[in-house]
Amino acid sequence: MTEAGYNFAYLDEATKRMIRRAILKAVAIPGHQIPFGAREMPLPYGWGTGGIQVTASILGPNDVLKVIDQGADDTTNAVSIRRFFTRVAGIATTEVTGEASIIQTRHRIPEKPLTENQILVYQVPQPEPLFRLEPHRAETRRLHALADYGLMHVRLYEDIARLGHIAKAYDYPVMVNERYLMSPSPIPAFDNPKMHQMAALQLFGAGREKRIYAVPPYTPVRSLDFEDHPFRPIRAPHACAICGSTTSYLDELVTDDAGGRAFICSDTDYCQERQQAPKAAAE
Amino acid sequence: MTHLSPGFADPVLDAQASFRAILEAMSRPGRIQRIEARITPPAPLCTAAAAALLSLADADTPLWLDAGDTVAEWLRFHCGTPITPEIGAARFALACGTAPSLEVLDVGTDEDPQLGATLILQVAGLVAGDGWRLTGPGIQHEHRLRVLGAPADFTAAWARNHTLFPRGIDVLLCAGDSIAALPRSVTIAEG
Repeated sequence: MTEAGYNFAYLDEATKRMIRRAILKAVAIPGHQIPFGAREMPLPYGWGTGGIQVTASILGPNDVLKVIDQGADDTTNAVSIRRFFTRVAGIATTEVTGEASIIQTRHRIPEKPLTENQILVYQVPQPEPLFRLEPHRAETRRLHALADYGLMHVRLYEDIARLGHIAKAYDYPVMVNERYLMSPSPIPAFDNPKMHQMAALQLFGAGREKRIYAVPPYTPVRSLDFEDHPFRPIRAPHACAICGSTTSYLDELVTDDAGGRAFICSDTDYCQERQQAPKAAAE
Repeated sequence: MTHLSPGFADPVLDAQASFRAILEAMSRPGRIQRIEARITPPAPLCTAAAAALLSLADADTPLWLDAGDTVAEWLRFHCGTPITPEIGAARFALACGTAPSLEVLDVGTDEDPQLGATLILQVAGLVAGDGWRLTGPGIQHEHRLRVLGAPADFTAAWARNHTLFPRGIDVLLCAGDSIAALPRSVTIAEG
């Protein structure tokens, strides 16, 4: 049962049209940030207002929505956003990656490869990859227009000069279709290779910064690197303590106050599926 | 006053479904999508072009069209969109007859390439699996698309449009209830 007094999916139709036009142009210009008139949403900035507005603009009554926060389906942010759309759009939700038609994510890409029938919506805190290097928007817009990304190369080079390696574990900058430098949102660098030639459409929404951008399906996405310092996705060298996976991205948990720790899958649905798989095979 | 036929039966869900079809078309250039909404726009406007404008155009998007006064009145009523006689000022251009040259449309600027116009081009028919060879973002290997009644020299004009990237025009090809898209990022080779 949907909440009375709200339009379908909360946003009014004029806002949806404005966001939809921005999304179409974002898809036509892969990696380019499109300004849009982000609305105030019934949750604070930083909790996914950009992602929610994108999801609300594409969502239909037959969609099945999955929301993850750092890979988990059961955290406050994920549960609240799923409940929000159940209330204002009456849509079905799921925690199973394979069953979802739209997946809204904060800071992870699911381990299970996505299909052509799915859309991945990222919540983005800072859409401008050059933000920490050049604080002026007017200037970064010019740099994107000229495809002048020397600043970022110098930044990565300075890491190598000082530390011997590129010390960026998340929000690792990527080149989209060899034209635009793009922030992949604060996903771990481990997830960057999944963006490359992904079968699903990827949409990015930044509410506070009022920007939308996109990566169409089957588009080259290259993590910046150097010939002698190739990009390496970082992963803790352990197996998941619950499902035993040696390929998934792991969270480190402190288990007691005596220095005990455990590593478990960050993607809760992936971990659950692996736990159930041996049981299903045994039955 | 002449009789106006209705727009979307369900303005919210029909617009959403039409947008998703257009988004799918734009994400996978050359793949043909169907518009489900049942609308009876005035001639010569076809269902797909009407659905695209009903779901995307409004007071913020000046529209240029060559479809005559009845269609202009219908769109002005249902979308509230201003009709402009100056094609260079249009965000959307609707071509039902002879297509305008891509060069006269606004292509945006290097800093704001998203200001490039969208051309809604009504053609005689769309056939998948044959004709043009499309490559680029959204296409894994190659998509084939035959456009019946495409403007003469369209592929040459498109090649010029493509070289402007990231500036440029995006095209929605509409025939009946079928729609396919050509985002500026796509490359067209004759089949």
